[in-house]
Amino acid sequence: MAEGTHVPIRKYLVVWLWLFILSALAYFIDVVHVPQPWKPILLVVVALMKAGMIMAVFMHLGYERLSLIYAVVAPLIFLVVMTIAFLPEGGAIFGSHAIAAP
Amino acid sequence: MATAVVNLAQEFQDYTLRSPFRASWQKVMMWVFIVVDALTFGSLLVSYGFTRVSIGTWANPAHVFALHIGGKEIPLLLIAIMTFILVSSSGTMALGVASAYERNKKRTVLFLTLTMLLGLTFVGCQVYEWSHLITHGTRPWWNPYGPPQFGAYFFTLTGFHGLHVLSGVIYLAIVARMVANGTLDRRGSYQLVEIAGLYWHFVDLIWVFIFTMFYLF
Repeated sequence: MAEGTHVPIRKYLVVWLWLFILSALAYFIDVVHVPQPWKPILLVVVALMKAGMIMAVFMHLGYERLSLIYAVVAPLIFLVVMTIAFLPEGGAIFGSHAIAAP
Repeated sequence: MATAVVNLAQEFQDYTLRSPFRASWQKVMMWVFIVVDALTFGSLLVSYGFTRVSIGTWANPAHVFALHIGGKEIPLLLIAIMTFILVSSSGTMALGVASAYERNKKRTVLFLTLTMLLGLTFVGCQVYEWSHLITHGTRPWWNPYGPPQFGAYFFTLTGFHGLHVLSGVIYLAIVARMVANGTLDRRGSYQLVEIAGLYWHFVDLIWVFIFTMFYLF
C-alpha cells in the first residue's frame, strides 16, 4: 500500500465508459448545431467533466493527500485568469477594427 | 548488488512516508512536470482563443476536417475516431497500472503494448491529417480555409500534442522493457508504471481540450 495508490478496477471501467459517452456527446453537440450561446458553454462543461474524471480516477488525484491535490490544482487557476484577461481583450481589438474600417 | 536494490525499494517507502504529499519524489516530480506542461498548453490555447476572437472570422473545422465516404461529407469523422482511439488508450493504460499493482508481469506488458499500439495509431491518423491538409495547400503562413493564423495554430497545437504522444510511446516502451526483463522486480517496486501512466493520461487530458477548443468550437 505504501508504494502507490490503489483504485478498484470497476471504477476504471466506469470512468472509461463515461469518457466514451461524453466524447460522443461533445461530437453530437457540434453536429446538431446547438444555438450559439449554449454550444460553447455545453462543450466547456463536458470538457471539464472529462478532465475532472481523468484527473480524479485515472491519475489517482482523488486518492492522494489533500496537499498534493492543492499543489496541482491551484496553479491551474492561472489559466482561468488568463482566459478572463485576454479573451475580452481580443474582442475589443476586433471591435476597434470594425470602428476604424466599417 | 542485491543490497543496493533492496535499498531502492526501501527508499521508495521511506520517502513516501516522510513526504508532505505522502508520495514518492518520483511521483511528485512527474506532477510538477505535468503542471508546468499544462500551463504551456494552456497558454497556447489562450493565445489561440485571443487570436481567433480578435480576427472575428475563422475556418470552419467541421468542413476542413470532414471525411468523404460514398460521396457524402461526414464532419470531423477522423477527429472523432482519433478521440476514441486516445480514450481507449487511456483505458488500457489504467488496466496496465492495475495489473502492475497485482505484480502481474505478463498482463502489465500486454496492456502497455496495447496502449503503445493505440498511441501509434493516433499518431498515424495525425500524419494522414497533416499530409491531407499540406497537399491542399495549408502552411503555417497560409491556408485555403480561412485566416492564415488557422494554419499556424493547427500545426502548433496538434504538432505539440502529437510530439507528446510520440514521446509517451517511447517512454512506455522503456517501462514495458523494464517490466519484461525483471528490472522492476529487482527494484521491488512497480511504481514506475503508475508514474508513466500519469504522463499518458495527461496527454489524453490535453487532447480533451484541443478537441473541444480547436475542432468543435
